[in-house]
Amino acid sequence: MEIKFFTGLQFSDLGFLGEAALKTLMVSGVAIGAGTLLGILFGWILYQGRWVAAASLGLVLDAFRSVPLIIQLVLFFNLFPILGLPLEPFTAGAIVLAFYTSALVASIVQGGIEAVEKPMRRAARSLGMSYWQDMIYVVWPIGLRAVFPSWVGVALSVIKDSALVSVLGYVELLRASQILMTRTQEPFIILSVVGAIYFAISFPLGLYGQHLEKKWSS
Amino acid sequence: MITIQNLHKYFGDLHVLKGIDLTVAKGEVLSVIGASGSGKSTLLYCINALEAIQDGEIAVDGISVHNPGTDINKLRQRLGMVFQQWNSFPHLTALENVALSPRIVKKKSRAESKEIAMKQLHHVGLGDKINVYPNALSGGQQQRLAIARALAMEPDYMLFDEVTSALDPELVGEVLDTMRLLADEGMTMICVTHEMGFARDVSDRVAYFHEGVIEEIGPPSQIFENQKSEQTKKFLAKVR
Repeated sequence: MEIKFFTGLQFSDLGFLGEAALKTLMVSGVAIGAGTLLGILFGWILYQGRWVAAASLGLVLDAFRSVPLIIQLVLFFNLFPILGLPLEPFTAGAIVLAFYTSALVASIVQGGIEAVEKPMRRAARSLGMSYWQDMIYVVWPIGLRAVFPSWVGVALSVIKDSALVSVLGYVELLRASQILMTRTQEPFIILSVVGAIYFAISFPLGLYGQHLEKKWSS
Repeated sequence: MITIQNLHKYFGDLHVLKGIDLTVAKGEVLSVIGASGSGKSTLLYCINALEAIQDGEIAVDGISVHNPGTDINKLRQRLGMVFQQWNSFPHLTALENVALSPRIVKKKSRAESKEIAMKQLHHVGLGDKINVYPNALSGGQQQRLAIARALAMEPDYMLFDEVTSALDPELVGEVLDTMRLLADEGMTMICVTHEMGFARDVSDRVAYFHEGVIEEIGPPSQIFENQKSEQTKKFLAKVR
């Protein structure tokens, strides 16, 4: 009797991949969303914050930006059990990715605020606008247009980087493809399909970004 | 009435305004002339507290501008300002540019803000540009847009900071005409300007700034024909 070690690809494997794609979407979505909000706050502090706040925050964000994400993930994931607070892979991954995103977004936001020149802001203030009215109605829309393409770039790269959360055992797309490849020994087909799914997730975001840019420039 | 007493302003070690005393009455048009760096633009920035002052006192209708207790956002609504750079909000149409601050600062309704904006755009001759974005407007049109935007706050005073200096020569006239119109309507105006013709024809008084002090102030006939100061005479000989 022949012993089969591997089983071929089955139709149900597509469902498995679909589920994994949703998990990729979830962890990137949470990271991009929370990371962008945090990044806006951090970027504003970097711009506005004086000395100590800006300097110390800048240092922390630099660390997030420059330490390889995979090291951050493993360190963070293993730190909490030591403290007696075990984290789900999803939670740990989303938190680390969110802070990583926030570090990238913070410098974009800082640049966006700086892109609005001082004379423009003085004009806004001269009309009686408060600091926050100037920020919300003048700086935000003008700065956003200036740095939106960079933000899209960050979002796209975070979607790809979310594959690293697989090292924590979170079964997202990459992890799912590894599982399938081990079982079926069909790396070529599986990686092609998974690559196509990543593309399908990212492409609409890029298109939407282009659409907005076009709309704003006209 | 704007009253300025013993105003001193420093940028670091640089003493830009060295004890300015000046009163501008309601309805008056004052032109401020002088070489670049003489402190005349800085004076305007001090009047609506876009720049801090180091000594002296500025009061608008008796309200001290630089008193920390003054609600400066409220006071600035009464001091319209137009700058050398027109600073149109690029993401808003002409109408929205003008309607924005009545709506968010004065908390007027959208409809009312729009109505005010329409009125002011017609006022400055941009009635046919209401839905146009600033990048489709010429420099002169954008500068008139800036004037309309300031007027929409219904200010009691208008401060003009070299508003024609960044314009192509053929566009200067339309902006000066708009300013003339405001002067004729009785608006109180302080105009920092290099346009000697405008200063002579439109102003009630002209102040000549030299190195941070008012070297000479008086009616245009005095400043342009009958100068008391040698410095004034020298300056005017150069710019004419």
